[in-house]
Amino acid sequence: MLIKNGRVIDPANNIDDSLDILVEGAVIKKVARGIKSEDSKVIDAKGKIVAPGLIDIHTHLREPGFEYKETIKTGTMAAAAGGFTAICCMPNTNPINDNRAVTEFILSKSAKEGIVNVLPIGAITKGSQGKALAEISDMVNAGCVAISDDGKGVMDAEVMRRALEYTKAFDIPVIAHCEDANLSSGGVMNEGFASTTLGLRGIPMAAEEVMVVRDIALAELTGAKLHIAHVSSAGSVESIRTAKKRGVKVTCETCPHYFTLTEDAVIGYNTNAKVNPPLRTKEDVKAIKEGLKDGTIDIIASDHAPHAVHEKEIEFDYASFGMIGLETSLPLILRLVNEGVLSLNNAIAKATINPARLFKLKKGTLSEGADADITIIDTEKEWVVDVNNLKSKSKNTPFTGMKMKGRAVMTIVGGKVVYEISDGKRE
Amino acid sequence: MPLNKKDLLEIQELSSDDIKLIIDTADSFKEVTGRDIKKVPTLRGKTVVNLFYEPSTRTRTSFELAAKRLSADVINIAVSTSSVVKGETLLDTARNIEAMRSDIIVIRHSAAGAPYILAKGLKSSVINAGDGCHEHPTQALLDMFTIREKKGRIDGLTVAIVGDITHSRVARSNIHGLTKMGAKVRVIGPATLIPLEIERLGVQVYYNLDEGIKDADVIIMLRVQLERQGKTYFPDIREYSMQYCLTRERLKFAKEDAIVMHPGPVNWGVEISPELSEDKATVILEQVTNGVAVRMAVMYLLSGEKS
Amino acid sequence: MAGKWKEKKIVMDATEINRALRRISHEIVEKNKGTGDLVLVGIRTGGVHLAKRLVNFIKEIEGVELPLGILDITLYRDDLSTKKEQPVLKKTEIPFSISDKKIVLVDDVLYTGRSIRAAMDSLMDFGRPIQIQLAVLIDRGHRELPIRADYAGKNLPTSAQEIVKVLLEEEGEKDRVIIAESI
Repeated sequence: MLIKNGRVIDPANNIDDSLDILVEGAVIKKVARGIKSEDSKVIDAKGKIVAPGLIDIHTHLREPGFEYKETIKTGTMAAAAGGFTAICCMPNTNPINDNRAVTEFILSKSAKEGIVNVLPIGAITKGSQGKALAEISDMVNAGCVAISDDGKGVMDAEVMRRALEYTKAFDIPVIAHCEDANLSSGGVMNEGFASTTLGLRGIPMAAEEVMVVRDIALAELTGAKLHIAHVSSAGSVESIRTAKKRGVKVTCETCPHYFTLTEDAVIGYNTNAKVNPPLRTKEDVKAIKEGLKDGTIDIIASDHAPHAVHEKEIEFDYASFGMIGLETSLPLILRLVNEGVLSLNNAIAKATINPARLFKLKKGTLSEGADADITIIDTEKEWVVDVNNLKSKSKNTPFTGMKMKGRAVMTIVGGKVVYEISDGKRE
Repeated sequence: MPLNKKDLLEIQELSSDDIKLIIDTADSFKEVTGRDIKKVPTLRGKTVVNLFYEPSTRTRTSFELAAKRLSADVINIAVSTSSVVKGETLLDTARNIEAMRSDIIVIRHSAAGAPYILAKGLKSSVINAGDGCHEHPTQALLDMFTIREKKGRIDGLTVAIVGDITHSRVARSNIHGLTKMGAKVRVIGPATLIPLEIERLGVQVYYNLDEGIKDADVIIMLRVQLERQGKTYFPDIREYSMQYCLTRERLKFAKEDAIVMHPGPVNWGVEISPELSEDKATVILEQVTNGVAVRMAVMYLLSGEKS
Repeated sequence: MAGKWKEKKIVMDATEINRALRRISHEIVEKNKGTGDLVLVGIRTGGVHLAKRLVNFIKEIEGVELPLGILDITLYRDDLSTKKEQPVLKKTEIPFSISDKKIVLVDDVLYTGRSIRAAMDSLMDFGRPIQIQLAVLIDRGHRELPIRADYAGKNLPTSAQEIVKVLLEEEGEKDRVIIAESI
């Protein structure tokens, strides 16, 4: 396969140039100007961006256990359509991915039915109960790239401390879902003016921020790798910024909805905007953008969380938290470029090489010899989000009807085209 | 100026003209409720469904009487929340009711926003009879009706709302309505029960009852949910009532002709001292009487042709 | 009657209106052999002012001020569910018992008869009168119900397209009855 005439952006190698890419088998053979190869299938990427395949480190694939929401098959199809070539799936399935058997199930199912790379994340504690450590070593050996009790916080600081210490042996990050369950108890949206007028119980920013501060202190104590998931508030950004300055081994991610939407999206009891942590205020959106700009926030992840209609088209209090995001992430990231928050290079880095480095993957770059995971992006393509056209099994997105600019037009995994769009038609 | 709405979901979306129209119309209906034959044929052949997911004898009875006095057929459906969790969704239930040709659905629900689901999904008019901690529009309308009846106006009055503001739909609806009608609104309660940024709704916050009711024309005492004590909101009922129970002595801080209101049912001795139960300042039973007229007015105004 | 209209022709002026009302007053007293048990009820809004004038004329004639009630028939209308916007409801004020009374119902224009039907139904809910009589200033025909006026100021043949308006001083207008067309 030969990808010609594209604008190749490879942040890891500081490349932003009009180059051709030759793929042989599942690896990138050569990146250079004017490559000729007569027996290769030629893909013309003129006017398009050729980037390393996007990596989403925060996806809920729902299989096993919640196949009515999403499966490995539909989830990876959604990923491919969104330009992602690798996704890391959170362990809050049923059963929870807290042991080798579940990890192996996910990997073998993915090998059979998944069309992009699936990298499982194991649980920190057995059953994600926050009490006893899971068999972390065994899960890492089976293929888990990180551990997390995502969906809820590890409330017991002692447990979190030991988890951080224990993982030092494997050099994997502990992904912290920062939420003080006492402070957030019963809350369904951000606590502020909108929750006051809507009469909904609020979740204060402090519920996230106290745990960010706690986990930073524990990372400092243990010297382990801490990654903070879905940062949503200005206070969290500031704590992480100062911790990084002090040299604490902490990284973090935010999600497109936290730099695109505010708590006002909930007005009218829009359950598609019910997410945890909740959408915050204008000031927080601004702080998240600043954090992205100055490098405090390393990674943009989708937190793709599919839920079925009967879990969303109900009373706001009873509706499930979460929104799908794999197919809307890229245009929302590109919006940051258009707004001047991030350079294109920087934006792509936050969804490619930065996550690859965190999990020490041989991905996220177009280096010769790297896995041939490539995403071709049309940054000018305008489209409107229509849930009926999304590949995900669930339709819970607050971006329905929103005009988007830019999308993946071809997704290549291991040298194979897994998704392609042309003239608005999908093939 | 007609109301021109399908549903009554909240006071927040109403204009002061809308509120005035409803109150004026209620005034005419109050005459009807004073007749020997307290019934008019206006909604003959229409079906009103009271769909109550939260027990409330008072509000349900008031809506039922209002509908019956308009000659509508009324059915009451009480759904326990526990059966909801197992069974069909709210919208399913409501669609089944509508399939039996309802015209107006009155819904009371413990979850804020629940009436919006029905309003969006149904052709019937939906009246919010209280949704979680959000709004209770007919209560605020009957409160405003009562205030205007007693004081001759709302504009320029000082109204103090006392108690658990955070969890009170009555407080929210009254704040929206009273401020739109030109009243000065104060909210009074322990800081744990005053929601964040409530000032942005145009109210003044007080933690001290005596200061908060100073020179007030109207005092609305809210019901304290006894189950909130012993948690983190306040230590216990005794301490709460020492700070916030309205007594004859404390009422002297308000204007001499101040009226005392309560959406009921009252916990005497907790929110209001029993010595005030027969006092001429206390207009709680008149609120109840006016409630029927206001609900008749709302049903009448919503019952035009549906396109 | 709603919507905009343009005056076409004056069919009664102030003198003619009052002359007709005076005549009706005489007829009422004559027909009822005095004023015993007699009450007047004006239908909102057009009938109310006329009923008041009748009360005054009868007082001049008989020296007796008859009780006057005001009736809002909105809640008894038969067209409510076909209207998008509900008409503004005004108060009914009948501060006396109508049981065993002879009621003279007063309206400005008698047309289809539907308002009178609504008014009679409404009155029945207030008690059991001995008799209901009907006095109108204008009878313009086109009845849709078997209703007739006992007293009419003027029979005015009209087409259904025409609008008949009774304009009165009490509403800030010069007393006159006009035929108008909608524009």
